[in-house]
Amino acid sequence: MIELRLPAAEEMIRRLRVGEEVSISGVMITARDAAHRYLTDTDGPEAREVLRGSMIYHCGPVVVREGGEWRFVAAGPTTSAREEVYEADIIARYGVRGIIGKGGMGEKTLAACREHGCVYLDAIGGLAVVIAQSVRRILDVHKLEEFGVPEAMWVIEVENFPATVGMDTYGRSIYKEIEQKSAARLRELFGQPAR
Amino acid sequence: MLEGNVLIESLVELIRRSSTSIPQDVQDVIARAADREEPGSSAQSTLRLVLDNIRTAQSMSRPVCQDTGSLLFHIQRGRNYLQRTIERAVNAALPIATERAYLRPNTVDPLTGKNPNDNTGVGVPYMHFEESDDDFLLEVALLQKGGGSENVSCQYSLPDASLGAGRDLEGVRRCILDGVHKAQGKGCAPGIVGVGIGGDRGTSFLVAKQQLLRRLDDRSPIGALAQLEERLMGEANSLGIGPMGCGGRTTVLAVKAGIAYRLPACYFVSMAYMCWALRRHTMVVAANGEVTYHD
Repeated sequence: MIELRLPAAEEMIRRLRVGEEVSISGVMITARDAAHRYLTDTDGPEAREVLRGSMIYHCGPVVVREGGEWRFVAAGPTTSAREEVYEADIIARYGVRGIIGKGGMGEKTLAACREHGCVYLDAIGGLAVVIAQSVRRILDVHKLEEFGVPEAMWVIEVENFPATVGMDTYGRSIYKEIEQKSAARLRELFGQPAR
Repeated sequence: MLEGNVLIESLVELIRRSSTSIPQDVQDVIARAADREEPGSSAQSTLRLVLDNIRTAQSMSRPVCQDTGSLLFHIQRGRNYLQRTIERAVNAALPIATERAYLRPNTVDPLTGKNPNDNTGVGVPYMHFEESDDDFLLEVALLQKGGGSENVSCQYSLPDASLGAGRDLEGVRRCILDGVHKAQGKGCAPGIVGVGIGGDRGTSFLVAKQQLLRRLDDRSPIGALAQLEERLMGEANSLGIGPMGCGGRTTVLAVKAGIAYRLPACYFVSMAYMCWALRRHTMVVAANGEVTYHD
């Protein structure tokens, strides 16, 4: 298990390899579809400072408000593929060092990871309660009214957030490799010749 | 007979139980799958974390997954229960369940993008009614299906030349294997695959979704479907997609198939992909008003 503290230095991120398990501590920000569009269309003034050297977590949490304080109740990752059109640009413009989500992302993001020193981290889909327990504090929330609870940008402080490197800065993607292997097996099951 | 606030609170309790637990038969299958994975592999540790998450969610009464999904109610009612009474009670239960954080605000107006923050809205939740011969019976089954798994669900129209799929069970087999392959880990594998064969486009999907209400350890009473389910389960797992699409021996936890008669011109195959977090729970109200719940 590799300990990762945020903000993370580029050389630390460039040492990570596909398959390695990490434990993340520090401040990060949640962003889904509406937030990605917002960060693309604007300069993201609320998020800019936090994002430098930090990570984006693809997550739309269940939250409660108790005594004026927000708290995450359930906060697993959402499908990352939906943000493929935005992510490479956001990584480049905001200096993001990690994307946390589930299901992996595509070639454009993989190339951006390599070029700008960023990794994609796989959090286990549906691990909502376990991950919520690693969220120590909610420091801020942006665009809550406009985007709604799941889509808002929650600035969170996490401790020992568990994840696995799914895409690294060497151009490797576990998702691409599994996709290719399973495609070969599918052709076998269909009685088609291997390519 | 149950009515008014008692009916509403009973439905809130149904939603709480459904949202914060996973049926025992599903947990059993995940536990056996974890044991079968390569010792020390990330597939095995993923499945064990999943089981840990399920136990923690239930003990803390918190949603197993933050995507509390679309709610599909399958309701059997005796004639002493009016459909509109139940509909109103369900619609009253949703804001309460949201307020208590059993549900995430999960409905969005497709025109304005606005979320009413209480899970109400046009066309939601989906309620399917059947009338029971027992005048006093009320049985409400609830399925919560998350958006990630809904996004990878798909429908085929046979014949499909690209898959070499004709209008027979071999064609159905090819569609489902293709669907599971395309889904990879994006629908939170390992999944439970509901298959609808026939129908029109709408009913085909409905049949597929209704399969998700079956216990994982049951067997289709139709011999040809039971065989298909078993074969597809083995073949889908041989794809090696694994938990979360990161590789492993467990790609699906079950395959369940059902049929609806088709039009002569149509042959639809629908795949309702359900994430491992299959949330299903049933509430039964007896004639004396006593409420029981089971998974």
